[in-house]
Amino acid sequence: MKNLVAKATIMDEEKIRRALVRIAHEIVEKNKGTDNLALIGIRRRGVPLAERLARIIKEIEGATLPVGILDITLYRDDLTTLAQQPEVHKTEVNFSVINKTIVLVDDVLYTGRTVRAALDAIIDLGRPKSIQLAILVDRGHRELPIRADYVGKNVPTSKREIIEVRLKEIDGKEEVVILETTE
Amino acid sequence: MYQRKDLLGLKELTADEISLILDTAVPMKEIIQRDIKKVPTLRGKSMVTLFYEPSTRTKTSFEMAGKYLSADTSSLTVSASSVVKGESLIDTGRTIEVMGTNVIVIRHQAAGAPHLLAKNVKARVINAGDGMHEHPTQGLLDLFTMREKKGDLGNLTVAILGDIMHSRVARSNIWGLTKFGAKVHVVGPSTLIPKEIKQMGVKVFHSVEEAVKNVDVINVLRVQRERQKKGLIPSLKEYAKVFGLDKKRASLAKPDALIMHPGPMNRGVEIMPDVYECEQSVVDEQVTNGVAVRMAVLYLLMGGKGVYEATN
Repeated sequence: MKNLVAKATIMDEEKIRRALVRIAHEIVEKNKGTDNLALIGIRRRGVPLAERLARIIKEIEGATLPVGILDITLYRDDLTTLAQQPEVHKTEVNFSVINKTIVLVDDVLYTGRTVRAALDAIIDLGRPKSIQLAILVDRGHRELPIRADYVGKNVPTSKREIIEVRLKEIDGKEEVVILETTE
Repeated sequence: MYQRKDLLGLKELTADEISLILDTAVPMKEIIQRDIKKVPTLRGKSMVTLFYEPSTRTKTSFEMAGKYLSADTSSLTVSASSVVKGESLIDTGRTIEVMGTNVIVIRHQAAGAPHLLAKNVKARVINAGDGMHEHPTQGLLDLFTMREKKGDLGNLTVAILGDIMHSRVARSNIWGLTKFGAKVHVVGPSTLIPKEIKQMGVKVFHSVEEAVKNVDVINVLRVQRERQKKGLIPSLKEYAKVFGLDKKRASLAKPDALIMHPGPMNRGVEIMPDVYECEQSVVDEQVTNGVAVRMAVLYLLMGGKGVYEATN
């Protein structure tokens, strides 16, 4: 029987907020403004993060960026090996991605497989000018050649550990915790 | 989650299972509306349509649904196959299966044929219409359309108009709708309304005017000319006069009531052109929703290993 034990809280509300403010500034700086920029959050926790980044960018630059929602279920590479079909939810990208600079947003970057699926999903919507990746927590252990352009916090982990990002919009609280599986 | 091997009818499904299929069809519909209508989900899976009865929309709809999800699809034209040499249904099914087919979509003139096939093959079987029994994906697409336009199915009153006796569409609709607590009216010539239909929890009418009064949805069935050789209706002209849905009759329903028809339509018989063309008509959208619902069914049967394969 596997148990999950909480080991440490690595980010609290204030740390998450500061990380997002910094990432928002980095996005604007790297892209020299907000022209042609759009944010796409990966379901589920990438979505509130993308919305927050859009709000912060609006505060600092005055520009309203389009925000899309991406469901990557249909693009997963493990569908044939999973015992249960995962539930499919709606992709809601109500703007054209063609020739836009897309900032893809997710909570945790781990193996890179979710991001690989998301890249395919976006490209099926059209050909963006470029895609950048913003991540709240990068925990390492990549299985694909993928890296983030914007990182809230780098956290070295072991594979036995689990990183949980909890956000107000979904979880009712605001923190990033490390859990460990014990036999 | 969907735990069954096959989709044979709505009778045996729970409201939760039906809801799961309808919920899964929502994101599928978004894919159909894209410029690039393709997702890689069912890559490497294959589907064969085996139709012993003619069909335009159901067969094409299944094939499109499979293709949008990247499954490989083939169709077996029964009239040009070994079936004409006397090959049995089970042998035909097994032959298709050992070619590596994951899903067989079957339409057959005999009620229960898909069930028989399902018991004898490991491939998953989808009933695309069996005799006068069920047509589950049509029932699902009708439910999807009603839910999308009107919300909670439990609050709806639906009138089903026409040849109830021969209609598998009517049966699948009734099974599905009553599971959600919707009220169902059926109306048609008394020769075409079987007595047992009352046991399915519907209210029987013989006047269209009374049946459609204040309903949220009118689902008009096709007069099945191929099944009308027995003289159950005097003439198509008379049917049109007494049971055809015209503007005047349609106006007795709620002002925003949906007008539905599973197609193919006999214009001027069961439905008048001014009703078919009116704003409340969702006939074209039903066809689009049919693809979305079939994508959902294919995903739930073929996506993931599924409980069935995991335990067998």
